[in-house]
Amino acid sequence: MSPPADDIATKESVPFVAAAGAAAPAEALSGAATGWLAGRHLLIAAAIVVAALMPFFFKSFVTFQLTQVMVYALAILGLNILTGFNGQFSLGHSAFYGIGAYTAAILMHDYDVGYVWTLPAAGAVCFAVGFLFGLPALRLQGLYLALATFALAIALPQILKFGPLEHWTGGVQGLFIDKPDPPFGLPIDSDQWLYYFTLIVLLLLFLAVRNLARSRTGRAIMAIRDHPIAAAAMGVNSSLYKTLTFGVSALYTGIAGALGAIVVQFVAPDSFSFLLSVSFLVGLIIGGIGSIPGCLVGGIFVLYVPNIAESISRGLAGAIYGIILLIIIFVMPSGAAGFVRLANAWLAGKWRPNPTARSTLGQPRR
Amino acid sequence: MELLLHQVMAGLATGGIYACMALAVVMIYQAIDHLNFAQGEMAMFSTFIAWQVMQWGQPYWVAFAAAVVLSFIGGVLIERVLFRPIHNAPVLSSLVAFIALFSILNSAAGYLWDYTIKTFPTPFGHKPLLAGLADTHEVGMIGVTLGLLGLLYLFFRGTRLGLAMRAAAANPESARLVGIRVGWMTALGWGMAASIGAVAGMLIAPVVFLEPNMMLGVLLYGFAGAVLGGLTSPGGAVLGGFAVGVIENVAGTFIPYVGRELKLTIALVLIVAVLMVRPSGLFGRSVVSRV
Repeated sequence: MSPPADDIATKESVPFVAAAGAAAPAEALSGAATGWLAGRHLLIAAAIVVAALMPFFFKSFVTFQLTQVMVYALAILGLNILTGFNGQFSLGHSAFYGIGAYTAAILMHDYDVGYVWTLPAAGAVCFAVGFLFGLPALRLQGLYLALATFALAIALPQILKFGPLEHWTGGVQGLFIDKPDPPFGLPIDSDQWLYYFTLIVLLLLFLAVRNLARSRTGRAIMAIRDHPIAAAAMGVNSSLYKTLTFGVSALYTGIAGALGAIVVQFVAPDSFSFLLSVSFLVGLIIGGIGSIPGCLVGGIFVLYVPNIAESISRGLAGAIYGIILLIIIFVMPSGAAGFVRLANAWLAGKWRPNPTARSTLGQPRR
Repeated sequence: MELLLHQVMAGLATGGIYACMALAVVMIYQAIDHLNFAQGEMAMFSTFIAWQVMQWGQPYWVAFAAAVVLSFIGGVLIERVLFRPIHNAPVLSSLVAFIALFSILNSAAGYLWDYTIKTFPTPFGHKPLLAGLADTHEVGMIGVTLGLLGLLYLFFRGTRLGLAMRAAAANPESARLVGIRVGWMTALGWGMAASIGAVAGMLIAPVVFLEPNMMLGVLLYGFAGAVLGGLTSPGGAVLGGFAVGVIENVAGTFIPYVGRELKLTIALVLIVAVLMVRPSGLFGRSVVSRV
């Protein structure tokens, strides 16, 4: 299942470097990128077509899993906006995922809101929570910010189980919600419909992030990552953009949470523990920090690798998971996107020697 | 008043556990500039080694020494084998390596010694002290933590090796120019942190009982304590650890209605509130960077 997704990663990451990376690789690669710009668009289109056909070739359980991969990819994209673009660090994104999931579940369970409308609602709620949380928390940096967000991740399951809120949250038991049927009498089952629904949301949000990264705002956000003091000197309102980025990041992860709740049809406090934040972080790093298509690789990793480890040895599943992680980090220290970037630079160097590209790309980004 | 005193004492007792862990966290942070997320699992593994040696019929202190020495060697080996090759990788990639190490140690301990809860002996006994407000083990644990802190202070301030380690952490390039073997200093830092973790684990195990997941909660609180006290200050970390324990207990008892169910949340919110006022922790130095 992974090749099509990898395909997108391979083709997309080059222009992303051109848009987001340091000046030298941008220049070095833009020549190569424009060369096969048309081909790249074609490949993305082909990947989308393959993705659209997949539910017809797999069993409904595989379709369900692929849907979850996309949900995780979206959540990781949320974290990526914060970490990759803005250079902040969060251990609290499980909380935003959980808030999004519960927003959707409560709206559907108690108020009979249509599932489509729960997504903007979850996004809005998470944006507000993220923005308000970001206001004070973003005075902190690095590990101190990590602790603040960690507090959020620890607090959420406890708050969801909290007695007086049980009326809405269902307490430890959680909430069950109904599976949506395909609309307009489409001749597909509901798993397939959810797959397409998630795919459409994912593509729209990927496109939105890509545009954000290329906009004036996106450049301001990345300038803060690369050099906060210089950015401030250039007139970038650092605290405003940091807080906004936190809000947007929470919005994405919250929409992912709402989608996750609809796909799994169940929410419970302990699904949104601190360990989920760790999973997102691992997925982000494995996919490649700052890479949009890398998020899909991350989603695949988060969903499948623990299962693979379990299938190799039940007793030592954790150890095998750890060893797989270590091997990946040893082979590609900057994640899948960094690996692809290096491979590209190597190929470019082979065909057209360009010392700048090689020397700059070999270095770690951050 | 008596209730408050009781809660503060109970808080100090659990705080002693966190302080132990916070000290180990800060040690490794000083040496390698990263928070070691696998620190708790390393301590757990060391404690299992001590337990195994005792199962083989050796007395407590032999097991204690074996665990400390083996942990030191293990810490150095982990640095040499796992972290040396990726020391140039981006910061977040080494975070993944820590998570991997965490997962491997946890799973291996479960596989070797299974998940049943085991008791672990204490050299201090469990006699009540101060009219039942504390017991001998808790006081002993606090004493050992403070003793370790003193020893570390002397080591870092008073010995050439300690000075070399500080130099290697503070400015690796310059340290290398004056002939300090920076790579080995880092490995030494890992070894020391693993040994401190082993001591912490063996002091904590009589309270929380020995099992592969015993350290997860403790590490998170230790982490919180270390950050509260300031990651650059071992003394601050110990104090931070005690503070987390006391805040957690007192808040749980005295804040009406929400206190008991949300005591951990309240403790963390308070910590974050403190960080708002002092963004580098209570006793940490604020980092000044050259533009």
